[in-house]
Amino acid sequence: MDLTLIYYLVPSMIMFCCGVYGFITRHNMIAMLISLELMLNAVDINFVVFNRYLYPHALEGMFFTLFAIAIAAAETAVAIAIIINVFRAAKNIDVADLTKMKN
Amino acid sequence: MDYSQFFAMKQEIGLMVVFLLVFIFDTFMPRRAQGAVGVLSCVLFGIFTAWGFCPCLLDGVSDAFAGMYEAGPVVVNIKNILNVGVLIVMIQALRWARQDMVVIRRGEFYELLMLTLFGMYLMISSRHFLLFVIGLETASLPLAAMVAFDKHRYESHEAAVKYVLTAVFSSAIFLMGLSFVYGLTGSLYYSNIAGALMGEGSSALLITALAFVIAGVGFKLSLVPFHLWTADVYQGAPTPVTSYLSVISKGSAAFAFMVILFQVFGSVYADAWEWMLYALIVLTITVGNLFAIRQHNMKRFLAFSSISQAGYIMLGIMAFDGMGIAALMYYVLVYIFSNLAAFGVIGAIENNCGKVDMADYNGLYRTNPRLAFTMMLAMFSLAGIPPFAGFFSKFFIFTSALSQGSVAIYVLVFIALLNTIISLYYYLLVVKAMFISEETSTVATFRSAASERIALWVCVAGILLLGIVSCFYTHLLNITAVA
Repeated sequence: MDLTLIYYLVPSMIMFCCGVYGFITRHNMIAMLISLELMLNAVDINFVVFNRYLYPHALEGMFFTLFAIAIAAAETAVAIAIIINVFRAAKNIDVADLTKMKN
Repeated sequence: MDYSQFFAMKQEIGLMVVFLLVFIFDTFMPRRAQGAVGVLSCVLFGIFTAWGFCPCLLDGVSDAFAGMYEAGPVVVNIKNILNVGVLIVMIQALRWARQDMVVIRRGEFYELLMLTLFGMYLMISSRHFLLFVIGLETASLPLAAMVAFDKHRYESHEAAVKYVLTAVFSSAIFLMGLSFVYGLTGSLYYSNIAGALMGEGSSALLITALAFVIAGVGFKLSLVPFHLWTADVYQGAPTPVTSYLSVISKGSAAFAFMVILFQVFGSVYADAWEWMLYALIVLTITVGNLFAIRQHNMKRFLAFSSISQAGYIMLGIMAFDGMGIAALMYYVLVYIFSNLAAFGVIGAIENNCGKVDMADYNGLYRTNPRLAFTMMLAMFSLAGIPPFAGFFSKFFIFTSALSQGSVAIYVLVFIALLNTIISLYYYLLVVKAMFISEETSTVATFRSAASERIALWVCVAGILLLGIVSCFYTHLLNITAVA
């Protein structure tokens, strides 16, 4: 059996949708961050696979993935720093409790 | 590689020089000299802004790195518009940065501000999606740190969490769309993508990709239905950061959005994204307006007002020609002055007595007539009452959209006009509270700091002059007609 494009795209799409689902339903901010990582990694898979299967003569997709990984790491660092700040202030990282400004 | 290509990035290099000077000053100067870091940033950035208008910036080659980067006349003018706004924000922030809780970190505020501006420059100048994404993240990540700047205020943390999570979520969605575009066309250069899409017509994959891309950028621009973070973030962030978010961040996202839609997806305008943008504009203007009516906090109120203004800005993209670009640039320029005037007054009152509720503005005219008058000008300009600049910017943006000529666009402009009338109601609510309300004001008479007064004078001059002195719009129209 040879692995075609679709064998990669379907799992990456499932990963992306799991990420979106997790981001919307989870209450713990760390879990939300993990969901975001899932989404970003699904994007990376897409880029690499498109590059490998459809446009193997250039490496644009691979390079983009490298940068995307670095950017995702930076995003996580900033987000975790802010979540730690919230934890210090509220002793809690449940998003359902972040409703002070709604009223 | 030819390293002299970097000299095509004149404004980026200039901004980096200013940033490094401020950074070195902030890090190595003795403690007693550090009080000057805010003023130093303003002065250096002011010089940099003035240098941006020098015609020599347009000399030499305007693109670099095999076409990944471009800085033609339109781009340089867009950056100048942003520079003026950032300079006003910096001056407004001087007073806030002197507060006890902020003073130890004030250097960081100015440094982060310039870093985010650098990211926005890249967003606007990039002609390759890799550079665009790097710029987008450089612009949005330091902003998250800036939103969390008031460490002693709980709201600031809450706003920062909401901002950073939605920012990452939106960039993930945007990147997903981008991966589809890459799969469809095999390149990330704007020009190559446009070439590959030419004559393709619309396919299901292209529509999906565009929906993801527009949703991703829509979060940054806070278009409805991607606007839910806006009100909380604007309310919780420190006021200078809020004003920065609402004018500069939004303006640069609008410009970058325009460049992407025109240059990359221009050939599939009618097939793929015209109706998407159409629906977004109708929703954005209407929902933003309806929610603005019931706000009591001034910052939340301006958040919803800025959502509906973003809808008007998008009308310039709908026009899809050089006049639309000119109208969009002019609208953002006017919007910068009007909104910064409003935020300047809010910031001055908040710095002085910590009040941000609309009820506190009752009878403001009797205690602080000048601030009330400035606020009134800002509200009139935002609502689009002649002869203030806001009227002309709305007029030009409607005209450019109407020049498209289709019936659907006429309906769209009609909806936008109806919404202008609705918006008049809530902008005038503020004016009514300040001038007509009989209650005695809870805000005592005070004299605002010199920096705040300078910034407000500049904004008032902008509101009064930009509309009447026609050379600004003519200039923008000339450069966009050539491009």
